[in-house]
Amino acid sequence: MSKQVEWGKGILRSVRDLTPDIRLFEIEPEGEFVAPTPGSHINVGVQIGGRPDVRSYSVVGPCTDGLYRIAVKRLPDSRGGSLYMWNLSPGAQLSISTPGNHFDLSLGRPEYLLLAGGIGITPIFTMALALAHAGANFRVLYACRSRQDMALADEMRAQVGDRLQMFLDDEGARVNLDAEIARLAPGGELYVCGPIGMLEAAKRAWQKSGRPVDQLRFETFGNSGRFATEAFKVKIPRLGIEVEVPQNKTMLDTLEAAGVAMISDCRRGECGLCALYIIETTGVVDHRDVFFSDEEKAENRKLCTCVSRVAGGDITIDTADRAA
Amino acid sequence: MTDARLFPLNAWYAAAWSHEIKHELAARTICNKDMVLYRRSDGQVAVLEDACWHRLLPLSMGHLKGDEVVCGYHGLVFNAAGRCTYMPAQKTINPSACVRAYPVEERHRLVWVWPGDPALANPDTIPDFHWNDGTEWVGEGGTFYSLKCDYRLVIDNLMDLTHETYVHAGSIGDEAITSAPFDVTHTDRTATVTRWMINIEPPPFWAKQLDRPGAHVDRWQIIYFQAPSTVVGDVGVAVTGTGAPQGDRSQGVNGAFLAAITPETDKSCHYFWNFARTFRTDDEQLTRDINKAHVNEGKGVYDQDHVVLEAQQVAIDKNPRLPFYNLNIDAGALWARKLIDTMLEAEHGQVAHAPSEAAE
Repeated sequence: MSKQVEWGKGILRSVRDLTPDIRLFEIEPEGEFVAPTPGSHINVGVQIGGRPDVRSYSVVGPCTDGLYRIAVKRLPDSRGGSLYMWNLSPGAQLSISTPGNHFDLSLGRPEYLLLAGGIGITPIFTMALALAHAGANFRVLYACRSRQDMALADEMRAQVGDRLQMFLDDEGARVNLDAEIARLAPGGELYVCGPIGMLEAAKRAWQKSGRPVDQLRFETFGNSGRFATEAFKVKIPRLGIEVEVPQNKTMLDTLEAAGVAMISDCRRGECGLCALYIIETTGVVDHRDVFFSDEEKAENRKLCTCVSRVAGGDITIDTADRAA
Repeated sequence: MTDARLFPLNAWYAAAWSHEIKHELAARTICNKDMVLYRRSDGQVAVLEDACWHRLLPLSMGHLKGDEVVCGYHGLVFNAAGRCTYMPAQKTINPSACVRAYPVEERHRLVWVWPGDPALANPDTIPDFHWNDGTEWVGEGGTFYSLKCDYRLVIDNLMDLTHETYVHAGSIGDEAITSAPFDVTHTDRTATVTRWMINIEPPPFWAKQLDRPGAHVDRWQIIYFQAPSTVVGDVGVAVTGTGAPQGDRSQGVNGAFLAAITPETDKSCHYFWNFARTFRTDDEQLTRDINKAHVNEGKGVYDQDHVVLEAQQVAIDKNPRLPFYNLNIDAGALWARKLIDTMLEAEHGQVAHAPSEAAE
C-alpha cells in the first residue's frame, strides 16, 4: 500500500539538460527528506494558465544525498506541467510532496526485464541501479526515437554495462516483446514505463505468454495516447451543456469546471470511477487509461475522462444525472 | 504510530513460533504494523500488510484460496507477494493495487519478519538463536503475546539478574547474586554481562538439577544481548573446584534462557521465551517441568516477571515526567539500550528520541 504523502516546500537547487527536451531538476526539501524507494514519484505543485495543479514525476536515481531528482520532458502538446517546470530557474521555491510509490520494485525475483520508452526511463533507471546494487539478474530494454533523445543512458551503462540494450526508432530497431518475454526466467517480472502504445503491446504480449498477470508491472501517468493531444468539444444533451476541452486540460477537469457533478479518485486512468458513457463521436476516442480492457476499449461504450481524449472530432456523452 | 522512535524497523523480529503458522491466516502486530501471516502450500511463510488496499479491512478477516488471500469484504485477492490478482466487477486490475509484503525467514524454530526497508533485509543478520533449534540444546518455551510493556523493560529485566533475588526468591533467586561482581563487555551489536559466583550453596532449582547433595558450586550467568532485542543467558552451576570458571563444565549442569522480544506497539511486546538445556536432554518430563516452572498459571518465574513488567509500565505511564535512575547493576541494560539507540541513529540519521535518553 502506498504510504501517505505529505506536502512541504522545496528549493530548486540546479537544472541540467539530459537531452534537448529532457531536463533534470535537483530539489532540496525544506522539511524532512524521505528516502525514495525505486519506482517512487514526487508530486510537484505547478501553475497552469494561472491556476494551481499537481504533476507527478518519477524520482531519478537513489537520491542518497538528500536531494530529490526528477526529469521532465518538455512536451509540445503538454497540458502545461512541463512548460511550468521548464520555466523554473535554480533557487525557485516549489511545493513538493514526499515520495509516493505506485510502482514498487519487488526483491528476490529470479530475473527482471525492465522496459522503458522515452521519458519512461526515469523509474526504470532507478530500478536498474537498485537491481545492480542488489546483485540481481536483470536486463534493461530502452527504446527512444533517436540517439539524441537517450537520457541517462551513459550513466546507466556505467553502472549496469551490457545489461542495457538500446533500441532507436530512427535506426529501425524494435523490441521483440514476444521473444524477450519468452527468454525471461519463470517467475521473472516485467516492469514497463513508457507511452501507452508500448504499454498495451507489453500487456498483450504478456497475456499471450500465459504468465501470471501480477508479474507484469507498469506505471502510467496517463499522459500519452495514440494520437496527438488536441482540443475537442464535449456535448452533454442531458444537461444541455457543450464545452470545449482545451489542449492543456483534461476532460474531467473541464467537466468539473463547467459544473458537471463528477466522481473520481486516481485521475490517472487506473480506477475507472470517472468513466462516462459515449453516445457518439465524430472523431476517434483516444483511450489512454489502463482501466478498460482492450475489448472494452474497442467497444467504445465508455471512456475514462481523467486521461482519455478525442482526436479529429467531437464527442457526445451522457452523465449519471438521473434518479435511476 | 507515534513519532517516538523506540525500536529500529530495519531488524529481524520474531513474529511467531514456526509451529503456530499453518495454512490459515494469523494476525500479528509487529512494531506498530499490522501483519497477516500464513504458510503457503510449498511450506514457505508469507507475511502481508493486514489491511486490504481497497477499504482497509484486515485481510486476516478474510480467507485463503490456494496460496492467495481473499479479502472478507469485497473479495479482492492478493497473492503472497502482496499483488492484487482479482478485482470484482472489472476486466482489468488497477496496477497500483498492492499490499506490502514483508521479508520473512524461518530459523531456530521461529518465524522472523523484517518490518523495515525490504532492500536491507539480509537473512545473515537474523540473531543467533541456535540454542532454540531443539537439537543440541533441548527445551520447550512459549510466548507472552501482547505483554503490556515497552519491549526494553524486558531487556532491562534480563540484563540484570539481581532481580532474581527479589522477584524469584525460592527458585533461582539467591543473595549471592547481589554480592558477586560482574563484568560488562560489548561489541557494536552485542553486550555481555558475565557474573561468576564461586563456592556458593546452589539455589533450590539448580540444586535439584545438579543432584549432588551438599556440594558447593560455582554458578555462572553469562547474559548475551544481540541488538535490538534478543537475549540469551548461559546459566548453570558446577561443583566447586572442578574448573568451570576455567572452561570445564563437565561436572555441572548448563541451561540457557532464551528471549526474543518483539515490539508490538510502543507499550506492548511479544516475548518469545524458552529455557533450553544440555543435561538430561531425553527427559521429556523434565522438559515439561521446566516449562511449568517458568509459566504456570501465575506461579512460574516468568509469571512473576510478567506481573512486575506490566506494573512497571503502568507506573511509568502514571509518572511520565519522571526519569529512571540507574544503578551499577544496570550497566548491561544501559549498554543494550545504547546499542538500540545506535541502530536508531543509523536508521534515522539523528539522535534517538528522548524516552530512551531518559533512562541514561
